[in-house]
Amino acid sequence: MGGMRRLCAAAAQAMSASGAAVTVMAEDGERGAMVATDLTSERLEELQFVLGEGPGADAFASRRPVLVPDLAGETMARWPVYTPAAGDLGLRAVFAFPLQVGAARLGVFEVFRVRSGQLSSGELRHALIFAEVALTTLLDGQANAPLGAPADGLVGAVEHRAELFQAQGMVMVQLGISLAEALARMRAHAYAENLQLGAVAAEIVARRLRFDPDQRSPQAGQGEAGRQT
Amino acid sequence: MTTVSAERLAKIFVEVADTLVDEFDLIEFLHLLTDRTAGLVQASAVGMLLADQRGNLEFIAGSDENVKLLELFQIQNQQGPCLDAFRTGRPVINADLRTAGARWPRFAPHATAAGFRSVHAFPLRLRSEVIGALNLFGAGVGAFDEADVQIVQAVADVATIGLLQERTIHRSELLTEQLQGALNSRIVIEQAKGAIAQAHGVSVDEAFARMRGYARRAHRRLSEVAHAVVTDVGSIPELSAEPPQPPG
Repeated sequence: MGGMRRLCAAAAQAMSASGAAVTVMAEDGERGAMVATDLTSERLEELQFVLGEGPGADAFASRRPVLVPDLAGETMARWPVYTPAAGDLGLRAVFAFPLQVGAARLGVFEVFRVRSGQLSSGELRHALIFAEVALTTLLDGQANAPLGAPADGLVGAVEHRAELFQAQGMVMVQLGISLAEALARMRAHAYAENLQLGAVAAEIVARRLRFDPDQRSPQAGQGEAGRQT
Repeated sequence: MTTVSAERLAKIFVEVADTLVDEFDLIEFLHLLTDRTAGLVQASAVGMLLADQRGNLEFIAGSDENVKLLELFQIQNQQGPCLDAFRTGRPVINADLRTAGARWPRFAPHATAAGFRSVHAFPLRLRSEVIGALNLFGAGVGAFDEADVQIVQAVADVATIGLLQERTIHRSELLTEQLQGALNSRIVIEQAKGAIAQAHGVSVDEAFARMRGYARRAHRRLSEVAHAVVTDVGSIPELSAEPPQPPG
Protein backbone atom coordinates (compact mmCIF):
# COMPACT_ATOMS: atom_id res chain seq x y z
CA MET A 1 0.00 0.00 0.00
CA GLY A 2 3.04 2.28 -0.18
CA GLY A 3 2.04 3.34 -3.66
CA MET A 4 -1.40 4.22 -2.44
CA ARG A 5 0.01 6.39 0.34
CA ARG A 6 2.13 8.30 -2.17
CA LEU A 7 -0.95 8.68 -4.34
CA CYS A 8 -2.91 10.17 -1.45
CA ALA A 9 -0.08 12.54 -0.65
CA ALA A 10 0.10 13.69 -4.27
CA ALA A 11 -3.66 14.15 -4.35
CA ALA A 12 -3.66 16.21 -1.17
CA GLN A 13 -0.93 18.41 -2.54
CA ALA A 14 -2.59 18.89 -5.95
CA MET A 15 -5.83 19.87 -4.29
CA SER A 16 -4.38 22.13 -1.58
CA ALA A 17 -5.83 19.77 0.98
CA SER A 18 -4.68 18.99 4.49
CA GLY A 19 -4.95 15.27 3.85
CA ALA A 20 -6.45 12.44 1.86
CA ALA A 21 -7.36 8.82 2.44
CA VAL A 22 -8.42 5.69 0.60
CA THR A 23 -10.51 3.03 2.29
CA VAL A 24 -11.01 -0.35 0.66
CA MET A 25 -14.51 -1.68 1.06
CA ALA A 26 -16.33 -4.88 0.24
CA GLU A 27 -19.52 -4.81 -1.80
CA ASP A 28 -21.61 -5.23 1.36
CA GLY A 29 -20.04 -2.09 2.82
CA GLU A 30 -17.68 -3.95 5.14
CA ARG A 31 -14.53 -2.02 5.59
CA GLY A 32 -11.09 -3.28 4.61
CA ALA A 33 -7.64 -1.71 4.59
CA MET A 34 -7.22 2.03 4.90
CA VAL A 35 -4.44 4.37 3.85
CA ALA A 36 -4.15 8.02 4.90
CA THR A 37 -1.61 10.77 4.48
CA ASP A 38 -1.45 11.71 8.16
CA LEU A 39 -2.79 10.97 11.61
CA THR A 40 -5.68 13.43 11.47
CA SER A 41 -6.91 12.06 8.14
CA GLU A 42 -6.68 8.60 9.60
CA ARG A 43 -8.77 9.62 12.59
CA LEU A 44 -11.33 11.32 10.35
CA GLU A 45 -11.60 8.18 8.30
CA GLU A 46 -11.89 6.00 11.44
CA LEU A 47 -14.52 8.32 12.81
CA GLN A 48 -17.12 7.74 10.17
CA PHE A 49 -16.74 4.01 10.25
CA VAL A 50 -17.04 3.96 14.01
CA LEU A 51 -20.11 6.19 13.77
CA GLY A 52 -21.51 4.58 10.66
CA GLU A 53 -22.16 7.92 9.00
CA GLY A 54 -20.33 10.54 6.98
CA PRO A 55 -19.57 11.68 3.45
CA GLY A 56 -17.43 8.65 2.57
CA ALA A 57 -20.06 6.18 3.72
CA ASP A 58 -22.69 8.11 1.75
CA ALA A 59 -20.52 8.27 -1.38
CA PHE A 60 -20.08 4.52 -1.29
CA ALA A 61 -23.76 3.82 -0.62
CA SER A 62 -25.14 6.27 -3.18
CA ARG A 63 -22.51 5.45 -5.81
CA ARG A 64 -21.77 9.09 -6.47
CA PRO A 65 -19.43 11.75 -5.13
CA VAL A 66 -20.41 13.62 -1.98
CA LEU A 67 -18.90 17.10 -2.00
CA VAL A 68 -19.10 19.17 1.16
CA PRO A 69 -17.35 22.53 0.72
CA ASP A 70 -18.61 23.85 4.06
CA LEU A 71 -19.13 21.22 6.71
CA ALA A 72 -20.38 23.77 9.25
CA GLY A 73 -23.07 24.81 6.80
CA GLU A 74 -24.53 21.31 6.59
CA THR A 75 -27.78 20.65 8.35
CA MET A 76 -27.26 18.61 11.47
CA ALA A 77 -29.76 16.09 10.18
CA ARG A 78 -27.35 14.87 7.54
CA TRP A 79 -24.60 13.55 9.83
CA PRO A 80 -25.63 14.47 13.39
CA VAL A 81 -22.65 12.84 15.10
CA TYR A 82 -19.98 12.99 12.42
CA THR A 83 -20.27 16.73 11.71
CA PRO A 84 -19.42 18.04 15.20
CA ALA A 85 -16.83 15.33 15.83
CA ALA A 86 -15.03 16.03 12.53
CA GLY A 87 -15.29 19.76 13.24
CA ASP A 88 -13.49 19.16 16.53
CA LEU A 89 -10.65 17.61 14.55
CA GLY A 90 -10.41 20.82 12.51
CA LEU A 91 -12.23 19.60 9.42
CA ARG A 92 -14.01 22.32 7.43
CA ALA A 93 -14.51 20.73 3.99
CA VAL A 94 -14.51 17.15 2.72
CA PHE A 95 -14.86 15.64 -0.73
CA ALA A 96 -15.62 11.94 -1.08
CA PHE A 97 -15.47 9.91 -4.30
CA PRO A 98 -16.57 6.30 -4.71
CA LEU A 99 -13.97 4.02 -6.31
CA GLN A 100 -16.16 2.24 -8.80
CA VAL A 101 -16.75 1.18 -12.39
CA GLY A 102 -20.45 0.74 -12.89
CA ALA A 103 -21.68 -1.83 -10.41
CA ALA A 104 -18.16 -2.78 -9.30
CA ARG A 105 -17.28 -0.92 -6.11
CA LEU A 106 -13.95 -1.20 -4.34
CA GLY A 107 -13.80 1.63 -1.87
CA VAL A 108 -13.84 5.33 -1.34
CA PHE A 109 -11.36 8.17 -1.78
CA GLU A 110 -11.62 11.22 0.46
CA VAL A 111 -9.95 14.61 0.48
CA PHE A 112 -9.91 16.73 3.63
CA ARG A 113 -9.48 20.46 4.08
CA VAL A 114 -9.08 22.60 7.18
CA ARG A 115 -10.63 25.59 5.42
CA SER A 116 -14.01 25.76 3.80
CA GLY A 117 -14.47 26.40 0.10
CA GLN A 118 -15.39 24.71 -3.13
CA LEU A 119 -13.05 22.72 -5.32
CA SER A 120 -12.05 24.64 -8.43
CA SER A 121 -12.89 22.89 -11.68
CA GLY A 122 -9.20 22.05 -12.06
CA GLU A 123 -9.07 20.55 -8.56
CA LEU A 124 -12.22 18.59 -9.25
CA ARG A 125 -10.70 17.19 -12.43
CA HIS A 126 -7.61 16.21 -10.44
CA ALA A 127 -9.74 14.52 -7.83
CA LEU A 128 -11.56 12.44 -10.42
CA ILE A 129 -8.26 11.42 -11.98
CA PHE A 130 -6.77 10.48 -8.61
CA ALA A 131 -9.89 8.45 -7.85
CA GLU A 132 -9.46 6.59 -11.12
CA VAL A 133 -5.79 5.87 -10.48
CA ALA A 134 -6.61 4.68 -6.96
CA LEU A 135 -9.27 2.37 -8.39
CA THR A 136 -6.84 1.02 -10.98
CA THR A 137 -4.25 0.38 -8.27
CA LEU A 138 -6.78 -1.55 -6.20
CA LEU A 139 -7.95 -3.57 -9.20
CA ASP A 140 -4.49 -4.54 -10.29
CA GLY A 141 -3.57 -5.36 -6.72
CA GLN A 142 -6.52 -7.74 -6.64
CA ALA A 143 -5.38 -9.45 -9.82
CA ASN A 144 -1.75 -9.61 -8.68
CA ALA A 145 -0.82 -7.66 -11.76
CA PRO A 146 2.87 -7.71 -12.62
CA LEU A 147 4.88 -4.78 -11.35
CA GLY A 148 5.20 -2.10 -13.93
CA ALA A 149 1.78 -2.78 -15.42
CA PRO A 150 0.72 0.30 -17.36
CA ALA A 151 -0.76 2.98 -15.11
CA ASP A 152 -2.54 4.54 -18.05
CA GLY A 153 -5.77 5.07 -16.22
CA LEU A 154 -8.55 2.59 -16.07
CA VAL A 155 -10.46 3.29 -19.23
CA GLY A 156 -9.02 6.62 -20.25
CA ALA A 157 -7.43 5.41 -23.46
CA VAL A 158 -10.32 3.21 -24.53
CA GLU A 159 -12.36 4.74 -27.31
CA HIS A 160 -15.29 2.36 -27.34
CA ARG A 161 -16.07 2.50 -23.68
CA ALA A 162 -19.47 0.83 -24.01
CA GLU A 163 -17.74 -2.21 -25.46
CA LEU A 164 -15.29 -2.34 -22.58
CA PHE A 165 -18.08 -2.52 -20.00
CA GLN A 166 -20.04 -5.04 -22.07
CA ALA A 167 -16.95 -7.23 -22.24
CA GLN A 168 -16.57 -6.87 -18.47
CA GLY A 169 -20.11 -8.20 -18.00
CA MET A 170 -19.38 -11.10 -20.34
CA VAL A 171 -16.17 -12.12 -18.57
CA MET A 172 -17.96 -11.90 -15.22
CA VAL A 173 -20.47 -14.51 -16.42
CA GLN A 174 -17.85 -16.64 -18.22
CA LEU A 175 -15.77 -17.08 -15.11
CA GLY A 176 -18.39 -16.63 -12.43
CA ILE A 177 -16.34 -13.89 -10.81
CA SER A 178 -17.05 -10.35 -9.71
CA LEU A 179 -17.19 -7.44 -12.14
CA ALA A 180 -14.11 -5.93 -10.53
CA GLU A 181 -12.17 -9.12 -10.97
CA ALA A 182 -13.37 -9.45 -14.56
CA LEU A 183 -11.93 -6.06 -15.40
CA ALA A 184 -8.69 -6.90 -13.59
CA ARG A 185 -8.38 -10.11 -15.64
CA MET A 186 -8.95 -8.19 -18.86
CA ARG A 187 -6.31 -5.66 -17.91
CA ALA A 188 -3.87 -8.39 -16.98
CA HIS A 189 -4.50 -10.15 -20.28
CA ALA A 190 -3.97 -6.93 -22.24
CA TYR A 191 -0.71 -6.38 -20.41
CA ALA A 192 0.54 -9.96 -20.82
CA GLU A 193 -0.29 -10.01 -24.52
CA ASN A 194 0.87 -6.46 -25.09
CA LEU A 195 -2.52 -5.40 -26.41
CA GLN A 196 -4.65 -2.31 -25.87
CA LEU A 197 -7.43 -2.88 -23.37
CA GLY A 198 -9.93 -1.67 -25.97
CA ALA A 199 -8.73 -4.30 -28.44
CA VAL A 200 -9.15 -7.04 -25.84
CA ALA A 201 -12.70 -5.82 -25.12
CA ALA A 202 -13.54 -5.81 -28.84
CA GLU A 203 -12.35 -9.41 -29.19
CA ILE A 204 -14.43 -10.51 -26.23
CA VAL A 205 -17.62 -8.82 -27.46
CA ALA A 206 -17.04 -10.27 -30.94
CA ARG A 207 -16.72 -13.68 -29.22
CA ARG A 208 -13.29 -14.32 -30.65
CA LEU A 209 -11.75 -14.37 -27.19
CA ARG A 210 -13.16 -15.94 -24.09
CA PHE A 211 -11.86 -16.48 -20.60
CA ASP A 212 -13.69 -19.66 -19.57
CA PRO A 213 -11.14 -22.01 -18.02
CA ASP A 214 -12.92 -25.07 -19.41
CA GLN A 215 -12.86 -23.78 -22.94
CA ARG A 216 -9.14 -23.83 -23.50
CA SER A 217 -5.74 -23.49 -21.82
CA PRO A 218 -6.67 -24.69 -18.37
CA GLN A 219 -3.51 -23.39 -16.69
CA ALA A 220 -4.03 -20.83 -14.02
CA GLY A 221 -3.20 -17.18 -14.16
CA GLN A 222 -3.58 -14.62 -16.87
CA GLY A 223 -2.58 -16.99 -19.67
CA GLU A 224 -5.86 -18.78 -19.35
CA ALA A 225 -7.72 -16.72 -21.89
CA GLY A 226 -8.35 -18.85 -24.93
CA ARG A 227 -8.55 -17.65 -28.48
CA GLN A 228 -11.23 -19.09 -30.70
CA THR A 229 -11.11 -19.08 -34.43
CA MET B 1 -39.93 21.35 -41.74
CA THR B 2 -42.03 19.87 -39.01
CA THR B 3 -44.06 22.61 -37.40
CA VAL B 4 -44.50 20.45 -34.34
CA SER B 5 -48.06 19.90 -33.28
CA ALA B 6 -48.88 21.90 -30.17
CA GLU B 7 -50.95 19.04 -28.84
CA ARG B 8 -48.09 16.61 -29.14
CA LEU B 9 -45.69 19.01 -27.48
CA ALA B 10 -48.10 19.65 -24.62
CA LYS B 11 -48.46 15.91 -24.07
CA ILE B 12 -44.72 15.50 -23.82
CA PHE B 13 -44.34 18.28 -21.30
CA VAL B 14 -47.07 16.79 -19.14
CA GLU B 15 -45.28 13.44 -19.30
CA VAL B 16 -41.97 15.07 -18.42
CA ALA B 17 -43.49 16.94 -15.50
CA ASP B 18 -44.96 13.67 -14.21
CA THR B 19 -41.54 12.07 -14.36
CA LEU B 20 -39.96 14.94 -12.49
CA VAL B 21 -42.35 14.75 -9.56
CA ASP B 22 -42.50 10.97 -9.53
CA GLU B 23 -39.77 8.88 -7.98
CA PHE B 24 -36.97 9.92 -10.22
CA ASP B 25 -34.45 7.97 -12.24
CA LEU B 26 -32.20 10.15 -14.34
CA ILE B 27 -31.42 7.59 -17.03
CA GLU B 28 -35.11 6.80 -17.48
CA PHE B 29 -35.87 10.48 -17.67
CA LEU B 30 -33.22 11.21 -20.30
CA HIS B 31 -34.29 8.17 -22.25
CA LEU B 32 -37.87 9.45 -22.25
CA LEU B 33 -36.69 12.82 -23.55
CA THR B 34 -34.64 11.35 -26.40
CA ASP B 35 -37.44 8.98 -27.33
CA ARG B 36 -40.10 11.69 -27.40
CA THR B 37 -37.82 14.11 -29.25
CA ALA B 38 -37.40 11.53 -32.00
CA GLY B 39 -41.18 11.28 -32.35
CA LEU B 40 -41.67 15.02 -32.15
CA VAL B 41 -39.44 16.02 -35.06
CA GLN B 42 -39.46 12.71 -36.95
CA ALA B 43 -35.78 12.07 -36.33
CA SER B 44 -34.48 8.57 -37.07
CA ALA B 45 -32.42 8.47 -33.90
CA VAL B 46 -31.79 10.78 -30.97
CA GLY B 47 -29.08 10.46 -28.39
CA MET B 48 -27.68 12.43 -25.50
CA LEU B 49 -24.07 12.86 -24.46
CA LEU B 50 -22.85 14.24 -21.13
CA ALA B 51 -19.42 15.64 -20.39
CA ASP B 52 -17.67 13.77 -17.59
CA GLN B 53 -15.90 16.91 -16.29
CA ARG B 54 -12.61 15.69 -17.57
CA GLY B 55 -13.70 16.79 -21.00
CA ASN B 56 -14.91 13.44 -22.34
CA LEU B 57 -18.36 13.25 -23.89
CA GLU B 58 -20.11 10.06 -22.83
CA PHE B 59 -23.30 8.52 -24.18
CA ILE B 60 -25.99 8.57 -21.51
CA ALA B 61 -29.33 7.78 -23.18
CA GLY B 62 -30.89 7.38 -26.61
CA SER B 63 -34.10 6.68 -28.48
CA ASP B 64 -32.26 3.67 -29.80
CA GLU B 65 -28.88 2.22 -28.92
CA ASN B 66 -27.62 -0.35 -31.29
CA VAL B 67 -23.90 -0.97 -31.63
CA LYS B 68 -23.57 1.21 -34.76
CA LEU B 69 -25.28 4.14 -33.13
CA LEU B 70 -23.24 3.85 -29.93
CA GLU B 71 -20.14 4.01 -32.05
CA LEU B 72 -21.39 7.19 -33.73
CA PHE B 73 -21.86 8.80 -30.35
CA GLN B 74 -18.47 7.68 -29.11
CA ILE B 75 -16.60 8.99 -32.13
CA GLN B 76 -17.83 12.44 -31.17
CA ASN B 77 -15.39 12.51 -28.32
CA GLN B 78 -12.92 13.45 -31.03
CA GLN B 79 -15.02 15.12 -33.71
CA GLY B 80 -18.59 15.67 -34.79
CA PRO B 81 -21.59 17.92 -34.26
CA CYS B 82 -21.92 17.15 -30.54
CA LEU B 83 -18.33 18.11 -29.86
CA ASP B 84 -18.89 21.33 -31.86
CA ALA B 85 -22.09 22.17 -29.97
CA PHE B 86 -20.37 21.33 -26.68
CA ARG B 87 -17.36 23.52 -27.41
CA THR B 88 -19.16 26.51 -28.90
CA GLY B 89 -22.35 26.38 -26.86
CA ARG B 90 -24.32 26.84 -30.07
CA PRO B 91 -26.50 24.35 -31.93
CA VAL B 92 -25.43 22.66 -35.15
CA ILE B 93 -28.49 22.63 -37.43
CA ASN B 94 -29.31 20.78 -40.67
CA ALA B 95 -25.77 19.56 -41.32
CA ASP B 96 -25.68 17.51 -44.53
CA LEU B 97 -23.60 14.42 -43.92
CA ARG B 98 -22.84 13.93 -47.61
CA THR B 99 -20.97 17.21 -47.77
CA ALA B 100 -19.56 17.15 -44.23
CA GLY B 101 -16.52 15.01 -45.02
CA ALA B 102 -14.10 17.91 -44.69
CA ARG B 103 -15.63 19.13 -41.43
CA TRP B 104 -15.81 15.68 -39.79
CA PRO B 105 -13.62 13.28 -41.79
CA ARG B 106 -14.24 10.34 -39.47
CA PHE B 107 -17.71 11.02 -38.19
CA ALA B 108 -19.41 11.89 -41.50
CA PRO B 109 -18.64 8.66 -43.39
CA HIS B 110 -19.58 6.56 -40.35
CA ALA B 111 -22.90 8.36 -40.04
CA THR B 112 -23.59 8.04 -43.75
CA ALA B 113 -22.79 4.34 -43.65
CA ALA B 114 -25.28 3.98 -40.79
CA GLY B 115 -27.98 5.26 -43.13
CA PHE B 116 -28.22 8.89 -42.03
CA ARG B 117 -28.32 11.94 -44.25
CA SER B 118 -28.63 14.83 -41.81
CA VAL B 119 -27.55 15.59 -38.26
CA HIS B 120 -28.24 18.24 -35.61
CA ALA B 121 -26.70 18.84 -32.21
CA PHE B 122 -27.95 21.07 -29.38
CA PRO B 123 -25.88 22.10 -26.37
CA LEU B 124 -27.10 21.25 -22.87
CA ARG B 125 -26.55 24.62 -21.24
CA LEU B 126 -26.31 25.49 -17.61
CA ARG B 127 -25.71 29.20 -17.18
CA SER B 128 -22.29 29.81 -18.74
CA GLU B 129 -21.40 26.13 -18.79
CA VAL B 130 -22.14 23.48 -21.39
CA ILE B 131 -22.55 20.04 -19.84
CA GLY B 132 -23.36 17.90 -22.86
CA ALA B 133 -25.28 17.75 -26.12
CA LEU B 134 -28.47 16.40 -27.65
CA ASN B 135 -27.88 14.70 -30.99
CA LEU B 136 -30.51 14.12 -33.73
CA PHE B 137 -30.04 12.05 -36.84
CA GLY B 138 -32.33 12.09 -39.89
CA ALA B 139 -32.61 9.77 -42.86
CA GLY B 140 -33.52 12.70 -45.14
CA VAL B 141 -32.13 16.15 -45.75
CA GLY B 142 -32.34 18.30 -42.61
CA ALA B 143 -34.96 21.01 -42.76
CA PHE B 144 -35.29 22.41 -39.25
CA ASP B 145 -36.69 25.94 -39.21
CA GLU B 146 -36.36 28.46 -36.40
CA ALA B 147 -39.43 27.11 -34.59
CA ASP B 148 -38.05 23.56 -34.62
CA VAL B 149 -34.72 24.77 -33.32
CA GLN B 150 -36.36 26.57 -30.41
CA ILE B 151 -38.44 23.55 -29.48
CA VAL B 152 -35.55 21.09 -29.53
CA GLN B 153 -33.38 23.53 -27.59
CA ALA B 154 -36.18 23.71 -25.02
CA VAL B 155 -36.08 19.93 -24.71
CA ALA B 156 -32.31 20.12 -24.22
CA ASP B 157 -32.84 22.71 -21.49
CA VAL B 158 -35.39 20.44 -19.81
CA ALA B 159 -32.75 17.69 -19.75
CA THR B 160 -30.42 20.04 -17.88
CA ILE B 161 -33.18 20.87 -15.41
CA GLY B 162 -33.69 17.16 -14.89
CA LEU B 163 -30.03 16.79 -14.03
CA LEU B 164 -30.42 19.38 -11.32
CA GLN B 165 -33.89 18.55 -10.21
CA GLU B 166 -33.10 18.14 -6.56
CA ARG B 167 -34.13 20.85 -4.19
CA THR B 168 -30.69 22.29 -3.61
CA ILE B 169 -30.51 23.52 -7.17
CA HIS B 170 -28.15 26.36 -6.26
CA ARG B 171 -25.46 24.01 -5.05
CA SER B 172 -22.86 23.76 -7.80
CA GLU B 173 -21.52 20.55 -6.25
CA LEU B 174 -24.78 18.90 -7.11
CA LEU B 175 -24.05 18.96 -10.81
CA THR B 176 -20.86 16.95 -10.26
CA GLU B 177 -22.60 14.51 -7.95
CA GLN B 178 -25.48 13.96 -10.40
CA LEU B 179 -23.30 13.78 -13.50
CA GLN B 180 -20.90 11.28 -12.00
CA GLY B 181 -23.77 9.22 -10.64
CA ALA B 182 -25.54 9.22 -13.99
CA LEU B 183 -22.42 8.29 -15.95
CA ASN B 184 -21.82 5.42 -13.58
CA SER B 185 -25.42 4.19 -13.92
CA ARG B 186 -24.89 4.16 -17.65
CA ILE B 187 -21.85 1.88 -17.20
CA VAL B 188 -23.97 -0.56 -15.18
CA ILE B 189 -26.37 -0.83 -18.14
CA GLU B 190 -23.49 -1.73 -20.45
CA GLN B 191 -22.16 -4.30 -17.95
CA ALA B 192 -25.64 -5.83 -17.75
CA LYS B 193 -25.88 -6.02 -21.56
CA GLY B 194 -22.66 -8.04 -21.58
CA ALA B 195 -23.81 -10.32 -18.77
CA ILE B 196 -27.09 -11.12 -20.55
CA ALA B 197 -25.36 -11.55 -23.91
CA GLN B 198 -22.99 -14.09 -22.36
CA ALA B 199 -25.49 -15.92 -20.20
CA HIS B 200 -28.10 -16.32 -22.93
CA GLY B 201 -25.94 -16.43 -26.04
CA VAL B 202 -27.38 -13.33 -27.71
CA SER B 203 -25.94 -10.10 -29.15
CA VAL B 204 -25.54 -7.08 -26.89
CA ASP B 205 -28.26 -5.30 -28.87
CA GLU B 206 -30.65 -8.19 -28.25
CA ALA B 207 -29.57 -8.22 -24.61
CA PHE B 208 -30.57 -4.58 -24.32
CA ALA B 209 -33.90 -5.15 -26.08
CA ARG B 210 -34.72 -7.92 -23.61
CA MET B 211 -33.69 -5.86 -20.62
CA ARG B 212 -35.73 -2.85 -21.71
CA GLY B 213 -38.70 -5.00 -22.69
CA TYR B 214 -38.66 -6.71 -19.32
CA ALA B 215 -38.31 -3.40 -17.44
CA ARG B 216 -41.37 -2.02 -19.25
CA ARG B 217 -43.52 -5.08 -18.71
CA ALA B 218 -42.55 -5.41 -15.07
CA HIS B 219 -42.75 -1.65 -14.44
CA ARG B 220 -39.23 -1.63 -13.10
CA ARG B 221 -36.57 0.97 -13.76
CA LEU B 222 -33.95 0.12 -16.33
CA SER B 223 -31.11 1.02 -13.92
CA GLU B 224 -32.61 -1.18 -11.24
CA VAL B 225 -32.99 -4.12 -13.63
CA ALA B 226 -29.39 -3.63 -14.78
CA HIS B 227 -28.21 -3.76 -11.17
CA ALA B 228 -30.17 -6.94 -10.55
CA VAL B 229 -28.61 -8.47 -13.67
CA VAL B 230 -25.01 -7.77 -12.72
CA THR B 231 -25.64 -8.92 -9.18
CA ASP B 232 -27.09 -12.24 -10.38
CA VAL B 233 -27.80 -12.75 -14.05
CA GLY B 234 -30.05 -15.70 -13.25
CA SER B 235 -32.28 -13.65 -10.96
CA ILE B 236 -34.53 -12.57 -13.85
CA PRO B 237 -35.46 -15.73 -15.77
CA GLU B 238 -37.62 -13.69 -18.17
CA LEU B 239 -34.43 -12.43 -19.81
CA SER B 240 -33.54 -15.87 -21.10
CA ALA B 241 -36.23 -15.82 -23.78
CA GLU B 242 -37.27 -13.38 -26.44
CA PRO B 243 -39.89 -11.00 -25.17
CA PRO B 244 -43.46 -11.69 -26.24
CA GLN B 245 -44.52 -9.65 -29.25
CA PRO B 246 -46.77 -6.77 -28.29
CA PRO B 247 -50.28 -7.27 -29.62
CA GLY B 248 -51.08 -5.56 -32.91
